[in-house]
Amino acid sequence: MKFIVSLVLIALLSVAACLYLPWWSIAFVAFIVSGLIPQQPGKSFLTGFISILLLWGSLSWYISSNNNHVLAHKVSILMFKTDSPFMLIGITAIIGALVAGFAALSGSYLRRS
Amino acid sequence: MKLLPCILSAAVTTGLIITLNSKLLLPAPLGKLLSPQHGVWQNAENADATFNETFNFPQLKGKVNVYLDDRLVPHVFAEQENDAYFVQGYLHAKFRLWQMELQTHAAAGRASEIIGEKALTHDREFRRLGMVYAAEISLKEMQADPTTRASCDAYTAGVNAYISNITEAKLPIEYKLIGYQPEPWTNLKTALFLKYMSYDLAAHDDDIEMTNAKTYFSPADFDLLYPSKQDSLDPIIPKGTIYAAPKVLVKAPATADSVYFANKDLLVMQEEKPDPENGSNNWVAAGSKTKSGAPILCNDPHLGLNLPSLWFEMQLSTPNFNVYGATFPGAPSVIIGFNDNVAWGVTNGGRDVRDYYEIKFKDESRNEYWFDSAWKKTEFRTETIKIKDQADYIDKVAYTVFGPVMYDKTFSGSRITGNKYYAVRWKAHDPSKELLAFNMLNHAKNYADYLAAVTNMHTPGQNFAFAAKNGDIAMRTQGEWPAKWKGQGDFIMPGTDSSYMWQGMIPQDENPFQYNPERGFVSSANQKPADSTYPYYLGRNYPPYRGLIINRKLTAMSAITPQDMMAMQTSNYDVFAEMARPLFLKNIDEGKLDESGKKYLDLLKKWDLNNDINATGPTIFSVLWTCFDSVVLRDEFKKAPQVISHPFESSLLDGILRDSSYKFLDNIETSAKETLADDVTAAFKAATQQLKIEESKSHLTWAAFKATRINHLAKLEPFSRLNLPVGGGSHCINATKSDHGPSWRMIVSLTDKTEAWGVYPGGQSGNPGSRFYDNFVDQWVAGKYYPLWMMKAGEEKDGRIKWKMSFSN
Repeated sequence: MKFIVSLVLIALLSVAACLYLPWWSIAFVAFIVSGLIPQQPGKSFLTGFISILLLWGSLSWYISSNNNHVLAHKVSILMFKTDSPFMLIGITAIIGALVAGFAALSGSYLRRS
Repeated sequence: MKLLPCILSAAVTTGLIITLNSKLLLPAPLGKLLSPQHGVWQNAENADATFNETFNFPQLKGKVNVYLDDRLVPHVFAEQENDAYFVQGYLHAKFRLWQMELQTHAAAGRASEIIGEKALTHDREFRRLGMVYAAEISLKEMQADPTTRASCDAYTAGVNAYISNITEAKLPIEYKLIGYQPEPWTNLKTALFLKYMSYDLAAHDDDIEMTNAKTYFSPADFDLLYPSKQDSLDPIIPKGTIYAAPKVLVKAPATADSVYFANKDLLVMQEEKPDPENGSNNWVAAGSKTKSGAPILCNDPHLGLNLPSLWFEMQLSTPNFNVYGATFPGAPSVIIGFNDNVAWGVTNGGRDVRDYYEIKFKDESRNEYWFDSAWKKTEFRTETIKIKDQADYIDKVAYTVFGPVMYDKTFSGSRITGNKYYAVRWKAHDPSKELLAFNMLNHAKNYADYLAAVTNMHTPGQNFAFAAKNGDIAMRTQGEWPAKWKGQGDFIMPGTDSSYMWQGMIPQDENPFQYNPERGFVSSANQKPADSTYPYYLGRNYPPYRGLIINRKLTAMSAITPQDMMAMQTSNYDVFAEMARPLFLKNIDEGKLDESGKKYLDLLKKWDLNNDINATGPTIFSVLWTCFDSVVLRDEFKKAPQVISHPFESSLLDGILRDSSYKFLDNIETSAKETLADDVTAAFKAATQQLKIEESKSHLTWAAFKATRINHLAKLEPFSRLNLPVGGGSHCINATKSDHGPSWRMIVSLTDKTEAWGVYPGGQSGNPGSRFYDNFVDQWVAGKYYPLWMMKAGEEKDGRIKWKMSFSN
């Protein structure tokens, strides 16, 4: 239950934070949520990781499919020399997930220290 | 004890954020760029995006409604004229902000601020040419004229209204990728943009290359290689026109022969240059030649092809006028277009208005220079060039009576020079009211208004075609041009003597023009404006061929329809090949060719002289001409200085057509005496080798060989359009080359209800993530047009209108 609540909370608060703050505010969100809702460190990491993996993955997929992936084709070639919108979406999701995962892990450890 | 893992994982998190937010370890700040709510995803415009919006800006005096049609062309209806310019600025910024800033940064010699030290040579070159100096002079002129000032102030306020409300997420993608922020717009930036156009159109010179050519070759050879006369010339203002005696009498300096023409200096400088082929076509058929009985005006300016495009299409409707056409993101008004009464179009004047003078400074301090037998004090302008991630570069530029000392031992473009100093005299340093010219053209109702408008255009000089609803047509080779003595400024001039300075400007009423000529049409295609009876020196660098074919076609045509004009504007007929091919076919020794050679020769013979996309003839001809030029001239140029003018195609062709034992046909490296037949056959053999390679790459057809491309302004390939199937070429009316060509095609039929068509190779949006980024390209490639719709009040419910923006205070 805690897992689901944390997961949803991190995603929702990240969307809200990113309306006004830089992209790395997702780290603060994950850090605070996992500090407030105690879980095993491993589980906390997974919560942050999966939450933003799903959030950034689905947001970028949603934006890109509404764009018929026009820009994603171009940017994936520009940045990774590979014409693959889904690779761009995947990298987007993993980058956000890693940052949020480690931030959640830090929050969880802080709670325990 | 969980503190240690806590610190460790916090450190990992921080490290990740820093890495992903900067370019420290990765080549791009991936986190920042890929965040769905901030980065490049925000530029992925919804395929069904709508553009309905309501704005309130206290700067506005009245209401402005903008109706955007299905091609995203804004039709701006303003209650107050200056509000229209405010909204024009706003819309330019909304759709083209990055290009506006990039072009003005480049013009101001500020590219190093964005891309670092690699742009320093460009920045120094532009500062030393006096681009900012010229823009400041222009700005003063703009501020002094109430009309221009009000329109620029409104335009600037409109651009800034957009910039000040922009969020990080909404920044154009190039800002995100390169990593910088837009700065506020100013009237100076508009002036800089116009100077950028002057640089593009009126900064071409070959003075250094020609000085070397004159030094290296004997006077007789020089005249043969670089003649100022063109046999095939059909000037803009026809031969036989009578010109009055000149009002400005120019006198060659007493020392011209001994000091100037006989000077044997060798220079090793290399300049950054605008494309020498920045040309264009325009013509007007009078009612007597058209089916409808109304004049038809056509224009296609040839410029570097880029995305986002130089042009932005729009309609401006105010209580004073109703105008439609191509606008410059960066400046108010419509530049090429039509209103309810008249239409106009431009081609480049192309005269040499940039000359160099060798300055003799007293010593290395450059504080004084020798001028008219006395030491004269230098003025200095300190140019501070900011460089990304580095200390500023300070360049102290000396200014003389001629202008800035552009080249000295600290700066020579990309080459090393001796210890000499060269000052540049450039017409664009003088005040020019080009914005007033366009403003007045937007308002023009008749020929008198047109004349009053265009005479404000001093630099860059343009050939203004004109047509009016009342049937008037005209062509004016407009500009303020220095009156030069024959040969003045073709080479570097001595800077110690005022007699070498420009002695005056050609009076406006002596600019060659045509008004309702008997032949029923006017035209220009960058050829020489007048024949040799014109009483002022016109220089030597003009392309003759497009003008020839345009005039031939127009002379033959009657009952012309707009569709005929479209076919003509996109014609791929190569008149240069028409004149040169017989020379090859008549003189070639077929027996000396191998099987492949015979095949290519057969294809060349059968070619219909159209540079069509699937034709092989133009590829064979083009390769053959290059080889022929090399066989004929390589030996003469073998030991020549590297920086030297290459003779024009027309000079070589004219020379051989005039004299089949043309002096340079002989290879001076052999004892034998080569003939035209020897050279043609040798060239064909060399061409065959190259053509075999092209054929093996499937590049024998013209479009594949030419590979026309439209580059993104920052040369980002995925944002460019490559390998477009387009025909044409340098000497065709459809002058599309590999990355240069018709940047806007327009045809206006001035019937009671104006009918107009147009297309440019780009799209209204500068955002590579928008469906409007390059949606006109395929239409342009196919040689097709869009109807240009001059919307009237009351047509708001028309099906073509898709979105509405309302602006009020």
